[in-house]
Amino acid sequence: MGALDYSVVLRNLPFLWTGLQLSLFLAALAILGGILLGSIMSMLRMSPIRPVAWLALAYVNFFRSVPLILVIFWIYFLVPLLLGRATGPFLSAWIAFTLFETAYYCEIIRAGVQSIPKGQINAGIATGMTRLQAMRHIVMPQAFRNMMPILLTQSIILFQDTSLVYVVTLRDFMTSVSTVANQELRLVELYLFAALVYFAICFTSSRFINRLDGGFRR
Amino acid sequence: MIEIRNVSKWYADFQVLKSCSLSVARGEVVVVCGPSGSGKSTLIKCVNGLEPFDEGEIAVDGLKVADKAGLRILRTRIGMVFQSFELYPHLSALDNICLAPMVVLKRKRVEAAQRARTLLARVGLADHESKFPLQLSGGQQQRVAIARALAMDPVVMLFDEPTSALDPEMIKEVLDVMSDLARDGMTMIVVTHEMGFARRVANRIIFMDAGEIVETAPPKTFFTAPESERARAFLSKILEH
Repeated sequence: MGALDYSVVLRNLPFLWTGLQLSLFLAALAILGGILLGSIMSMLRMSPIRPVAWLALAYVNFFRSVPLILVIFWIYFLVPLLLGRATGPFLSAWIAFTLFETAYYCEIIRAGVQSIPKGQINAGIATGMTRLQAMRHIVMPQAFRNMMPILLTQSIILFQDTSLVYVVTLRDFMTSVSTVANQELRLVELYLFAALVYFAICFTSSRFINRLDGGFRR
Repeated sequence: MIEIRNVSKWYADFQVLKSCSLSVARGEVVVVCGPSGSGKSTLIKCVNGLEPFDEGEIAVDGLKVADKAGLRILRTRIGMVFQSFELYPHLSALDNICLAPMVVLKRKRVEAAQRARTLLARVGLADHESKFPLQLSGGQQQRVAIARALAMDPVVMLFDEPTSALDPEMIKEVLDVMSDLARDGMTMIVVTHEMGFARRVANRIIFMDAGEIVETAPPKTFFTAPESERARAFLSKILEH
C-alpha cells in the first residue's frame, strides 16, 4: 500500500469543498421541495374523494418502485423535451430528487397525521373551527412533532443519495473525491476522507434526532 | 332551547337512534342515562352535528342543525366536554382555552388570555395556567376542558360521560364544577352514570335503551317509581353494586 500522504486532501480542499457545497445545497433544496409537495400529496392521499386518493397512492407506489438513479436520468432527458429547452443538470437533478422524495415524505406525513386521535380534530370542530383550521392548529403541530425523527432520517438518506448525480455530469462531493483520487493516484486517502466527511455529517444529524426524539410524548 | 324531533340514525342496517324526541328548556339540566350502546352518546353528538343523523330535526336556540355554514356558527354556541378530555397536548392549559376564541371568534390574544384566566379561576385551577395537559391529573384536565368549552360563551353545554375516564377520587371535583354551572343557570345535557349527580342536579332524567328514549321523568319519580320494566332493570343493576 505504501506510505499514506494526507497532504493531498489539504491541497485539494477548496475543490472538494465546492463539491460538498453542491451536495448540501441540492439536498437542502430537495428536502424543502419534498416536504412541501409531500404535505400536499399526503392531503390528497387522505382525501375522501376516491379518485384523488387513488391517484396520490398511484404516484407514491410508482416512485417507490423505481430506482432513484433512473428517475434522475429520465428527468434529465425528459424535461428538456417537455419544455423545449435545456434545463441544465442541477435543475433537473433537483426536480428528480423532489419528485422522488415527495413519495417518501408523503407517506411519513400521512402516518404522522393519522397518529393523532380523531377526537382531537373533533374537539376543534366542536368549538366551531373548520376542518382546515383544526388541521392547522391542532393536528399538524402534534403530527410534525411526532414525525420529526423519521423526517430527519429520511433527509439524511436523501443527502447520501445526492452522490448519484454524477450520472448527469454534476460534480457533487463524491464525484470531486473520485476526480482528485484518480488525478493524484491517492485512492485510499481520498476515499477514507470521503467516508469521514459523510460519517461526520450523518452522525451529528442522527445525534440531533435522538435528542429530538422523546422530547414530546402525548 | 334544544328541540330534538323524531331523530333516527342508522349504521348500515343497524338503527342506533329510533325516532328520539326531546326538548330542553333554557336553564334546564337533563341527565341522559342508560346501558352502554343505548345511543345516548350518539344522541348528544347529533345536537352539535358531530354525528350526522338520517331523519328528524334538531334545533338549538332557534337555529337548525343542518346546513354546513350554519352549523359552524351553532357550534360556537354549544360547548362540549368529552369523556377523554381531548385537551391539546402541545398547548398549555391557558392556550388550550384561548385557541378557539382566537381562531374562530378572532379575539386578540390578551383579551382571550384574560378571559381564560377568569375561567381557570372559576374551575379552581388559577395557578395551573402554564402547565401542559400531561402535567395535570385527569380531574384537572377535565376541568380545563370545561373551561375551554366555556371560553366560547356557549348557551348550551353538552357533557359526554365527563367522569367515566376518571379515577374515583377525582370525580367529585369535576361534578362540583358542573353543579356550579347548573346553579348559574346553564342549559345542560349530561350523559353520565353518576346517579348521585343526577339525583341532586338534574331537572329531568332521560332513560335510553336500544336507541329509544324509554322514559322521561323528574329524578324523584325516576329513582323511586320508574314506569318501565327496562328502567327498573337498569336501576337495580347500577344502584346495587
